[in-house]
Amino acid sequence: MKKTDELYEMTMSEASLMLAKKEISSVELTSSVIARIEQVESKVKGFLYINKEDAIQSAENADKRIRAGDFTPMTGIPGVIKDNMCITGVPTTCASKILENFVPPYTATAVQKLLDSGAVLIGKANMDEFAMGSSTENSAFHVTHNPWNLQKVPGGSSGGSAAIVSAGEGLFALGSDTGGSIRQPAAFCGVVGMKPTYGLVSRYGLIAFASSLDQIGPVGKSVMDSAMILNVVSGYDPMDSTSLRSLENNATDYTATIDQGVSGMKIGVIKEMFGDWVDAPVNDAVTKAVSQFEDMGATVDWDVSLPSTKYAMSAYYILAPSEASSNLARYDGVKYGYSWDGEGSMWEGMENTRGIGFGSEVKRRIFLGTYALSAGYYDAYYKKAQEVRTLIKTEFEEAFKKFDILVTPTTPSLPFELGSKTSDPLEMYRSDMCTIPANIAGIPAISLQCGFSEGLPIGLHLIGGALSEEKLLRAAYSFEQATEWHNRVPQI
Amino acid sequence: MTSTAKLEPVIGLEVHVQLLTNSKMFCSCKAAYTGAEPNTHVCPVCLGMPGTLPVINKKAIELTVMTALALNCSIATNSKFDRKNYPYPDLMKGYQISQFDLPITNKGWLSIEPENSGPREIGITRVHLEEDTARLIHRIDVTGDTYSLVDINRSGVPLMEIVGEPDLKSAEEARLYLTKLHTILQYLGVSTGNMDEGSFRCDANISLREKGDPLPNWKVEIKNMNSFRAVFRALEFEIERQTNLFKNNESIVQETRGWSEETGQTVSQRTKEYAHDYRYFPEPDLPPLFVEKKWVQSIESNLPELPDARRDRFIQEYNLPAYDASILTSGIETANYFEEAISGTNLKNGRLSDRAKTTANWIIGDLAHLLNNSGANIEESPIKPDHLCELLDLMDEGKISVRMAKEIFEEMYTDAKKPSLIVKERGLLQINDEEQLKSMVLEIINANPKAVEDYKKGKSNAVGFLVGQLMKETKGQANPKTANGLVKSALDQVG
Repeated sequence: MKKTDELYEMTMSEASLMLAKKEISSVELTSSVIARIEQVESKVKGFLYINKEDAIQSAENADKRIRAGDFTPMTGIPGVIKDNMCITGVPTTCASKILENFVPPYTATAVQKLLDSGAVLIGKANMDEFAMGSSTENSAFHVTHNPWNLQKVPGGSSGGSAAIVSAGEGLFALGSDTGGSIRQPAAFCGVVGMKPTYGLVSRYGLIAFASSLDQIGPVGKSVMDSAMILNVVSGYDPMDSTSLRSLENNATDYTATIDQGVSGMKIGVIKEMFGDWVDAPVNDAVTKAVSQFEDMGATVDWDVSLPSTKYAMSAYYILAPSEASSNLARYDGVKYGYSWDGEGSMWEGMENTRGIGFGSEVKRRIFLGTYALSAGYYDAYYKKAQEVRTLIKTEFEEAFKKFDILVTPTTPSLPFELGSKTSDPLEMYRSDMCTIPANIAGIPAISLQCGFSEGLPIGLHLIGGALSEEKLLRAAYSFEQATEWHNRVPQI
Repeated sequence: MTSTAKLEPVIGLEVHVQLLTNSKMFCSCKAAYTGAEPNTHVCPVCLGMPGTLPVINKKAIELTVMTALALNCSIATNSKFDRKNYPYPDLMKGYQISQFDLPITNKGWLSIEPENSGPREIGITRVHLEEDTARLIHRIDVTGDTYSLVDINRSGVPLMEIVGEPDLKSAEEARLYLTKLHTILQYLGVSTGNMDEGSFRCDANISLREKGDPLPNWKVEIKNMNSFRAVFRALEFEIERQTNLFKNNESIVQETRGWSEETGQTVSQRTKEYAHDYRYFPEPDLPPLFVEKKWVQSIESNLPELPDARRDRFIQEYNLPAYDASILTSGIETANYFEEAISGTNLKNGRLSDRAKTTANWIIGDLAHLLNNSGANIEESPIKPDHLCELLDLMDEGKISVRMAKEIFEEMYTDAKKPSLIVKERGLLQINDEEQLKSMVLEIINANPKAVEDYKKGKSNAVGFLVGQLMKETKGQANPKTANGLVKSALDQVG
């Protein structure tokens, strides 16, 4: 076990053991995290909402559970939730002005499962508005800073979740991933982020961006932590018709086989996801990481081609905005959230509510999607994109007949300067080039630390076939155990 | 001027039906909202709140499959739900979950029997499933400003849409189609079919063509018709309006028109330029719908008897005239009433078919008349089928005459009493005892020598007069047949 000076620096798995042995209490752990928040939050700005009193209260309850012997590995562990997941009585804004005063009367299934497990929720994490963005700069409220270098972006859209875990302001976080929104910020902030198979985690209570792509997943300090979170939040939910029925009464313990190594595993490197457009330090670190797998007993094919994946981004920017244009139609100021209160007709009220309530990136995507679905354009855009989606899915299915894991960089660049890409949306979109294909295909992928350059972390991206989370976590865990990158912590 | 002699209306109807499920289409809220406080049957799902997701109501699928089978439609093993996008305050999510290019059912037909042309099969394009919207109630405040209230109880109620082919050629055919469809739904028990409450709504598409021409590439959609009569009147109006435009060589624009009950006219609401682009796309929150063949087969084998089949059985089993059988089976309640009234019979004399005809006559005649006068449905009738049956049994046993029966029937209707009770209370039993009657006849003959003289002179109406006297004497309780015979033989003896 790693020796740490402060409780907040521990991984979840370390804290979990100490809590179970009653060497520490949840109140002590939670207080340590709150002290850390008081120390660094003004610099990181990862939170949209913090409730210290409630957190301490939950920690006290968790301690009672532990004393009573009625607890889980997550009982008493303090963490945060991305602000697009509903929690009864807790403001849920999606980092949008249009939901500024929205307090839902229901709790997302994934969050409820965490609460039931006894986890302690400290607050809600910042994000790009409606999860649209790759830097968290699209938050309507404030930007979040990368704990490794406060001038850099934390990535996005789950930038708050990743920055908070990286900065020790929480031991874990839940994020959501539509095109890389968990994995890209995890890479930028030097933590582990995982997007599970579509349907593994219920979307009930997750405010939709693009329903066919959205998936909730863990952000953790380690691969083991991510597996522990997944154990709790995964499973069939009758409230989500797209959650996988096959998981009913069929719970997997993702930690059970995590240490069984990669010997005999077949790993493929997707060549389309490397090249000139990937920064050299990233290219080098990921290449070295692949060699590490060879050293650990896996066989590697360095030249796997999935030609359709290069069209994944184009398809994504048709499909995701199309669904978003429909999902975001409900915010009209009539029922909840921001409502324009000027003089005017019903239609003027709805128009002004949306015009003022939504930020520019959200509006851009609503326009894109509305256009793509319009009569006369549907076949050329939406339908074509669906065909590309099928093609990509098939290519992955074929590839996973030969390989256990496919490898790419998580993101082609190091964390970039705040403000450097906000005026160039296409440049911003490119940062999700490597992560989007997994969403399009509905398959799991994980990002973990594999190097540093200029003091900034680099992410290794492992992709697996549908429902291959156990294998994916095993590969990631093996790499993590064989390397030291995950032991570094940012100095804020 | 263009000749309008060869013009023919082309009419297709779209019917929306609220299904009789316990819960709503995509959440567990109660679907029935009649009489409920506004906004009490709601939850985050049917309020369309952020992060909520739909879950398909299997019962709604079952009722739709039932309906489709009754309408001779094919059932699609694979179908899907789509989003129909349009902004309106009655639409909680900004889109309606509906079905676009892959509905649950396709291609069926329904038969109607227009008097002038004989039976015709009217095509059904498709039957699909969607969710109802919230209800807007428009008000005017004291300053004269308008405002609207939203009742979300209706939001998410399962709504089945039955799209008919443009096979109808007149307002009368449209009325027959609607009535038939309504009856079928009633037999299936899939909907209350209540038009006033909006659980059965009809829109019509209508255009004109010259006989023999292909389908026109334009149509006028008529909305806001709240009764069968309104549909009939609106179509009649529209046929005339379009015919006049044709006559004057004016072009007819494709548009949506609203029916006004007050003015008896259709009024333009929306022309083609303002038509919605609904931007349909597959609903990503619901997986494709897979309907198992086995399930469909079990639904099919459990389908109730439908109106046509029941009519045919009434003709076969009870030897009823087709006209009577059609009327009796045109509403399931009437058909049930008839069969209940038949099934309890203690028939001692005569054949079942005679009793069936008598029963039909009473239901179609006297009962319908009384119900009509009081504006009641047959299920509200104070005379229950077993009471009618008892009444007819009393007649059959000769205990009461037809005239007495009619009197008793009216009292049954007013007081909802058993006929045997009324007979007892009023001492109305028919006198069949010949000895008792004979002495009364002799008294009457002795008291009316003039009538006897008349009879001798060959005036046969003297018999009637004397029988009438007997009836008066017995307060109408003498068996008329017996009385007639006794009077005649007594006169012959005197003579």
